Formats: sequence, C-alpha cells, structure tokens
Amino acid sequence: MASGSEGFRRASRDWLGTHFPRALAGLGPRYMSSETPPEPTPAFLAWKRAIAEKGWGVPTWPCQYGGAGLSEEEAAILAEEMAAAGAWTPIGGMGVMMFGPTLLEYGTEQQKLRHLPGIADGSIRWCQGYSEPGAGSDLASLQCRAEDKGDHFLVNGQKVWTSGAQWSDWCFALVRTDPSDKRGGISFLMIDMRSPGVTVKPIRMISGSSPFCETFFDNVEVPKDNLLGATGQGWTIGKRLLQHERGGISQMSSDVPPLHALALTHLAISDDGRLADGELRVRIARCEMEALALALTVARIQSESEEGGPPQATSILKNVGAWLAQERAELMLEILGTRGLGWEGAGFAAPELEACRQWLFSKAVSIYGGTTEIQNDIVAKRMLGLKDA
Amino acid sequence: MPLSIQEQTMLADSVGAWVARESPVTAFRRVRDAADPLGFDPAAWRSIAAMGWAGIAISEDQGGAGLGLAAAGLIVAGLGRALVASPLAATIAASAAILHGGDEAQRRLWLPSIAEGTAIASIACDEGGHHDPARLRTKAERVASGWRLSGVKPFVAEGSAATLFVVAADTGLFLVPADTQGLAREPRSMMDSRGHASVSLDVTLPADARLSDADLDTVLDGVRALAAAEMLGLADAVFAMTLDYLRVRVQFGRTIGSFQALQHRAATLFTRIELVRSCVAAALAALDARADDSRSLVSLAKAQAGDMLNLVTREAVQMHGGIGMTDEHDVGLYLKRAKMLEGAGGTSAFHRDRYARLNGY
Repeated sequence: MASGSEGFRRASRDWLGTHFPRALAGLGPRYMSSETPPEPTPAFLAWKRAIAEKGWGVPTWPCQYGGAGLSEEEAAILAEEMAAAGAWTPIGGMGVMMFGPTLLEYGTEQQKLRHLPGIADGSIRWCQGYSEPGAGSDLASLQCRAEDKGDHFLVNGQKVWTSGAQWSDWCFALVRTDPSDKRGGISFLMIDMRSPGVTVKPIRMISGSSPFCETFFDNVEVPKDNLLGATGQGWTIGKRLLQHERGGISQMSSDVPPLHALALTHLAISDDGRLADGELRVRIARCEMEALALALTVARIQSESEEGGPPQATSILKNVGAWLAQERAELMLEILGTRGLGWEGAGFAAPELEACRQWLFSKAVSIYGGTTEIQNDIVAKRMLGLKDA
Repeated sequence: MPLSIQEQTMLADSVGAWVARESPVTAFRRVRDAADPLGFDPAAWRSIAAMGWAGIAISEDQGGAGLGLAAAGLIVAGLGRALVASPLAATIAASAAILHGGDEAQRRLWLPSIAEGTAIASIACDEGGHHDPARLRTKAERVASGWRLSGVKPFVAEGSAATLFVVAADTGLFLVPADTQGLAREPRSMMDSRGHASVSLDVTLPADARLSDADLDTVLDGVRALAAAEMLGLADAVFAMTLDYLRVRVQFGRTIGSFQALQHRAATLFTRIELVRSCVAAALAALDARADDSRSLVSLAKAQAGDMLNLVTREAVQMHGGIGMTDEHDVGLYLKRAKMLEGAGGTSAFHRDRYARLNGY
C-alpha cells in the first residue's frame, strides 16, 4: 500500500507540474474566497478545464459522476501535493461543498447522473433556497409553498439570503408541501433558475458587495423528477446538507497565509525578534493556535467518523470556525491600522481593500449556516441531551 | 506503531474499568484524609504496575510495553478522571526521559525496575513559583569522582514517593536515586493533597549519572503533554458531573439544564474540551514520532488544556451552586488538582509565548 501511495504521489506531482500554471500559484484565496475575484485569465480557464477532465475538483466522487474515485488517503496525498505546488482547485461553491455530497447520499441514479457532472466540472452553479423573511433561525417555519399538481409542483413564495442567486443555474430549496405539519411538511426541490416565474434581486450588504439575493417564485412549475428524496423528507435532507455547510465553514480558513507573517512585515520587532506589541502578539498566537486546534479536531472527527460524512460535531466546528474567521479579520485590521480602513480606489493596495471588506463580511459567518446560538442549541439538545422544560 | 482507533478505545475502556473497580474518587478521599505525606496508595500502585502501565512507554527490550506516550496519555487521562492518587504520570515522563537521553547501561539499570513498579521516578526541574527552565540555578560541576550537584527543587511532583529523581541542572540532566547521601526531602502539603516535596541536593554522583544525550526541552515536553492528558481526564469527569447535575437539579419547577443560559455555556465547555482532546492526541503522537513540530504541538496542547480546564472547573462550581463549594462534593477536589496542573510544565501564557517564539514571532 505504501508503494502504491508513493506512486500516486509521484503521479500527482508530475501531473500538477505539467498542468498547473505557475502564474496562478498561491492565488487560490484571491480567486475563490475574495469579495472581488479577478477576471478569469486564459491560464485560469485552461487550468479549470484540465482539473475538471481529471476529476480532481471533486476527487473522491465516483468517476461516473465526474469525480476521480480516489480514496480518502489518495485525496489527502493530492491535497498535500497541491499545497506544496501552490496549486488550488478552481472548482468550488455550494454545489461541491454542500449540494453534491447530499445528492450523492439521497439522489436517484438518474438525478445523480443529471446533476453531478455539471458540479464536478464547474460548469453549473447552485444556490441555496433555505431562509425566508419569516424563517431565519426558526427555519422550519418556512412558508414557500409547493403544491402537487400531478406531474409537477407549483411553487409560490420568497427566499432570502440566496447566496450567488444572480449567477446560479440551479437552486436547491426547502419548500412547504404540507401546511399542517411543521417539519414533516417540508420537501427538498431542485429548481431550474431559468424557469418562468423566478425573479432575483441582489441585496447590497455592509461590505458593499451583493453576494446575497432575494429570490421570488411566482407560479414556478417544477417537474416531479426534481424532488430529492420523498415528499416530506425535506427537513431531514436539509439538515444533513447543513452539516456539510457547517463542516465547510470550519475548514474555510485553512489555506490563508499566517497572520504573524503579515504582522512581522508591518509592525515593530524587538531586538530578540518578537513582535514588540506584546498584547497583539498574544492575540495572534491565540488565533493561530485556535486555528491549529480546529484543524486537528476536524481531522480527528473525520477519522473517527465511520461513515465518512459530517457528524453532529460539525456544530462545534462551525462555531469555532466562525470565531476564527472574525478574530482573524479583526487582527488583520489591527495589523494594517488605518491602511486597512480604505474603501476603494487610489492610495490602497488590493490586499488592504480586501481586508476591510473581509472584516465587514466576516460578521456574517456567525449568522449564516445557522447562527452561533442555534449551533449551541443543537449541541446542548442533541449532543448533551439537555431538554427543554 | 501508533494504536488504531479501536485499540485506543479498548485501552481507554480497560482503564475505565480498572478505575471503577480499584480506585474511584472515594479512594482518593481516603488517601487525602489519611494525610500520609506519601500522597498515594501503594496497593493501587502495585495494581497499576501489574496492569503494565508503569512500563507503557518503555521499550519491550527493557521490560515495557513499547506503546509510547500516546498510549500513556490515554491511561493518564483515564486515571485523572477519578483523581487516582498515583505517581504514574511522573514515572512515565521520567521513563521517557531515560529512554530518550540515557545510554544502554542507564536504561538497563532503571527501566526494567520502573516497568515492574519497584522504582518510582519523577523529574525535578522547577526552582521557584514559576516554570522557567531557561534559568536553572541548580549547579552541576565536574569533580574527580564524577559530578557534584547542588540546588533546591522546592515543589517536586511525587517528590515524597519517588525512589529516583531526574534532576535538571544548569549543565544537563542527572539521575539521582532518592537515597543518595546529601539528598534531603521534606513533604509540602499542597492544595491537591498529592505527594509533593521539596528536594534539596548537595550530592556527589558517579560519572555515569548524567543523561548525556538528553535534551531538556524534549524531556519537559513529555511532562507537559502528560499533564495536558491528565487535565483532559479531569475535564471529562467534571463536565460529566456538571451535566448530570444540570439534568436533575430542579428550580422554578424545571431542571436547570432546561435554561438556555446554562445550555449554551455547557455547549461552550463541550467545544473547548473537544478541541483539547485533538491537541493532546496530536502532541503525544508527535512526541512519539519525534516530529519536527512536536514542540509547537505540545505548547498548543498545554496552553489549550490550561485555558479549557480553568474555564470548565470554574463553570462547574458555578453551575453546582452552593453544593459545589462543599468539601463533601467531588467538584472541589477536581478544582484543586486542576489548579496544580495549570502551572505544571508551564502555564498557558508560558506556552503561548513559546509557541510564538517557535513560529518566529
């Protein structure tokens, strides 16, 4: 086995050497998690095509759905080799992180063959239709109706905070098929965003960008084939998907450069090589140590989880990940000082402008995907067995 | 070869069964109330040695189990859960120091007797109220017959029970049997009622008493990681006890665990404990593998364990209310042991500073 994995390591290194454009090395965060990603260059597009053909955007998915059928061990080797080469995957988003794994678990063969390859090659974008104006933390109170019309559902209602809806091809949505049963009356639909009756309005956020939208459904016809699982199974499937989302949030900050490196280039250093600002130094150490503790915990829980999927512990990981994202953004601004407060235009470097927007946007991390308070409820009730009165 | 997850579970289960049978918290109370300065129960120690745990990290050719510090951490955590008064953690850390820094003769001389439980060992490093291994004043000088050691180690863990000390001096680490002429010890009664002692040294040692290949930081990292493991065990027990109380204590006609203000605090404690569980396992595994990042990981584990256990024990007393302030309830026993371990091998602040230095800032 060891020799086989060494062979795989060599083969991935060779393949990355041939196909990954060096000009893109280390630019993953700029392209994939930036508020203002750069225009795709020819090198970017060629790289995306190459990795999609190889199935390495979603390396552990089965080959027939556009993955590469790699074992977890091989995927880990691939990730190490990519990190060593400064390479990153240009195929991401909600389809890869959240919907794809859920479809793999609950979809029919026909549904998987229809939808997974487009996610795997990055050609089809998905958005999430969960929250509604009256259903935030109390998600199960959602009211967007889907009436059974024989061969199709007729969908009427409104979703909000649909990330990237204005650029998405499809939406996975929780809809109400039975008004008399709060949780058992929810179903999970896949909705083509080009269907007549779908309207999208971007929402301008405090960070200045509009990653979230309001999405309106006005007599939208959705074929019955687009129901995932059974009618009334939406709450179960939807919660499972949220575990993938929370797991993803806990891992978000893994490929960013360490804060202390930035601090060392911007701030005064004592004769003994320490950051001179003792309080900031300790806060940076706390933040970096917490990030390492989280990464170790993600790895431990993954190796302990027999089925490989995200366990309920994702709630604690989500909370720690949210704290980290926000603390990191705070420290970035503290390190940059006034340079990190620029809004746009001349006089500021791109990473400085990015730090400002990121600080604002980071406020969302403890709200979306279930607030920190909701996660604590889940931990207390489901993991610790503390009951309501 | 690291233990598989299944083997780890089996080992932890067998430790749990032993503790329930041989040494539940009531046994610690008996040791405490007897006020024996030895601070441990010799019968329990014999049973621990018979289980093979004293030699858990000692290589098989020296009579041990050869399972390394990762396995040792599971045992130490398991005993910590019930506050077992035994010199096991100190002895394992000392055995790891001899294994790491000793020559063949030193290993042969000490490791088999440690493994069978006839020798009890402890590392004597700190010289004041703080862990400060960079500024040791205990002197070791070359003399014709070997070495001359002089200094005072005022708070040595298991100092009353130890038959062998691994003494950190300004020029290295030395093996000093407790019956060496010129070694004097006095028990120190401390908050956790364990067998601490002040050890003063004015001794002449043979030339082969020095652990010539030992690196002090590596030796201390064993102490620190095992302390973090014990802290994890304490936290698991205190948290379980607190959850039980939240489930049964009724006020305002409902269990207090049904109040969201307490539920969310319990969720936070659970989160902090789970993070430390990963850090402790990673630190012990890195020490076993002699990995490049073992120092960082040990500091991570000790710092996170210190902050976590401080929070968990404080919250445990608060959530228990008045009963948590009584000597009759066990939570106070954990609080006291926790406070001793917070400083053992360096506080959280010490380890954050060390982590930052190791990472170049």
